[in-house]
Amino acid sequence: MPIKVGIPRTLLYYYYFPMWKVFFEALGAEVVLSPPSTKRLLAEGLKNAVDEVCLPIKLTFGHVLDLAAKADLIFLPRIVSIEKKEYICPKFLGLPDMIRNLKGLPPLIDVNVNMYRNKSGAYIAAQEAGRFITSNHFKIWNAYRQARKVQKKYFRLLQLGLMPSEAMAVMEDRVRNEHLPEPQDINVVLIGHPYNIYDSYISMNIIKRLRSMGATVLTAEHVPEKIYKKCAACLPKKLFWTLGQHMIGAALYYLNRHDVSGMVHVAAFGCGPDSMTGDLIERYARAAGMPFLNLTIDEHTGEAGIVTRLEAFLDMVMWKKAIII
Amino acid sequence: MRATFPHMGNLYISIKAMLQYLGVDVVIPPPSSKKTLALGVKYSPEFACLPLKLNLGNFIEARELGADTIIMAGGCGPCRFGYYAQIEHAILKDLGYEMELIVLEPPERHASELMVKIRHISGSRSWWQVYQAVRFGFQKARTVDDLEMNVFYTRPRELTQGNADAAYQEALKLIDLASNPAELKESRSKAAMIMKRVAMDEKKPVLKVGVIGEIYTLLDPFSNQDIERRLGSLGVEVNRSIYLSEWINDHIFLGLAKGLRSKKEACSAAHPYLRHFVGGHGQETVGSAVNYARAGYDGLIQVFPFTCMPEIVAESILPVMSKDYSIPVLTLIMDEHTGEAGLMTRLEAFVDLLDRRKTVKEAL
Repeated sequence: MPIKVGIPRTLLYYYYFPMWKVFFEALGAEVVLSPPSTKRLLAEGLKNAVDEVCLPIKLTFGHVLDLAAKADLIFLPRIVSIEKKEYICPKFLGLPDMIRNLKGLPPLIDVNVNMYRNKSGAYIAAQEAGRFITSNHFKIWNAYRQARKVQKKYFRLLQLGLMPSEAMAVMEDRVRNEHLPEPQDINVVLIGHPYNIYDSYISMNIIKRLRSMGATVLTAEHVPEKIYKKCAACLPKKLFWTLGQHMIGAALYYLNRHDVSGMVHVAAFGCGPDSMTGDLIERYARAAGMPFLNLTIDEHTGEAGIVTRLEAFLDMVMWKKAIII
Repeated sequence: MRATFPHMGNLYISIKAMLQYLGVDVVIPPPSSKKTLALGVKYSPEFACLPLKLNLGNFIEARELGADTIIMAGGCGPCRFGYYAQIEHAILKDLGYEMELIVLEPPERHASELMVKIRHISGSRSWWQVYQAVRFGFQKARTVDDLEMNVFYTRPRELTQGNADAAYQEALKLIDLASNPAELKESRSKAAMIMKRVAMDEKKPVLKVGVIGEIYTLLDPFSNQDIERRLGSLGVEVNRSIYLSEWINDHIFLGLAKGLRSKKEACSAAHPYLRHFVGGHGQETVGSAVNYARAGYDGLIQVFPFTCMPEIVAESILPVMSKDYSIPVLTLIMDEHTGEAGLMTRLEAFVDLLDRRKTVKEAL
């Protein structure tokens, strides 16, 4: 029987799952994914995490606990850095240590992914992770090569304007023959950490809601790396959070686009990087005269409150557009 | 140039010494107060951490006193502190306060970046004089730290409550007034004399508590509601995991000054629990907790500002460590809403608990 590797459907799942999946499958393991977030998973996380951690981390606790019974190993790397001279967030750095002490967990694949000094950190991490499953170095190298290829394809799909779930569906050939969504009259930018905006449970399905209210949703992941990095470079100092830099660079890019009518920023309650980047984005948006809505989500967020605010925001955006025309 | 810098406990004593030694016109912001905090809270991002809010309040108040240049430290992440100066500058700019910003931080490309900034502050002084000034500032920091350690010892044992604090304030003032190394030497011995005059009961049994956590809330009595003094008056001898001079030695002198605790010890002690640095002082917090437990302390208090990321990681890990070493840990989170009464109640309860544990342990 193949070894089952559990991958929680949270945090950087939205960026790297296709790569991880191909990597582990090429090594001969079976990948077990935790189910989409639910109230039960979050409740489980809330029970086991300290109060102060942010919502996505609490949710991760829930997902990992869900995998405990289903997998032989849980893939929970310590993602220190995925870009040169940048970090993710301190909580990502301490995640395996925070989770390790939960009861009844199978062994964790807690390799360090550290590309702070150079890009070879990714391959080192892959080698260490691969060793949990096989001792064949060539097999690991080959699996890593395949995984990289898939990852490139996935990022290309994201840049075409697909959301992660749609891009993954394309990758796995799950697309049904459906009508393409009609182009809508307004473009709304949705800025936020990928694990907040793409998790339909904690974001209260914000992407679908915005679409059904008649807006085309643009996110930071649709902006190619070169462009967002160039835009982020106009900050007074380089931001040392990769995701923060991505968000702020993309926001600055969209602020200069004339077909964008509004910007929604989603932050998790108590998120450290968001408190700084969100503030900067808001300052730039105000200076550019862009309608801006800041939504803070936590475990108590009520759906009705979010819907009301989104509706009011879109009304405002449409009025503004009507006046200008 | 009229330079100002943010408050952090007694930090102003050594920075002021250093800058004045270089002949810079210094504006010390008024001591952090409710007003400072109110100003900071009003203009800062809602979820920014407490130190940023207090820094901003300090700058606004210093500007009212005529400061036009801010000297700030920086960093390269992942703790938010690395981006403080830029955010604060953006906020001040939006408020219409044009202040020049000089951020002293590890250079991005070349060491000359930092040297240019120091040149800008020091003007025409020679590098030798800059070195002398930094040395003088560091000596003051060490003297102040010695004084703090002294008062931590004296406070729980004093015969008349308040004597130790009065002596401490008097001694601090003396050290602050010293304007060159020779004077500092004299003030140091005078300060020691003043502290010695406090009548103490050396035999009194005291509880020993290690205070660990985030550097700003540890070093700044305003932001931690004067927790060390409160503990002292409850009969607790306090030790702190971070002292200013140790921090300077670790981060600026790269451990060149001998005879101080270094962060390496703390980080290696943290290893079984937290195997990687997490920014800020997260790993040091866990490591110092282990070291205090090994040294036979009765309890630990972790202090950090609300939403501080590295300390939240440490907070999630401390319960395991606390169980392994069977040492009680109290976590106190500081923000602009922290009330005095709530804090006092918790401290009293915690000290009672430690006291009872100790009595039981000694009876067995």
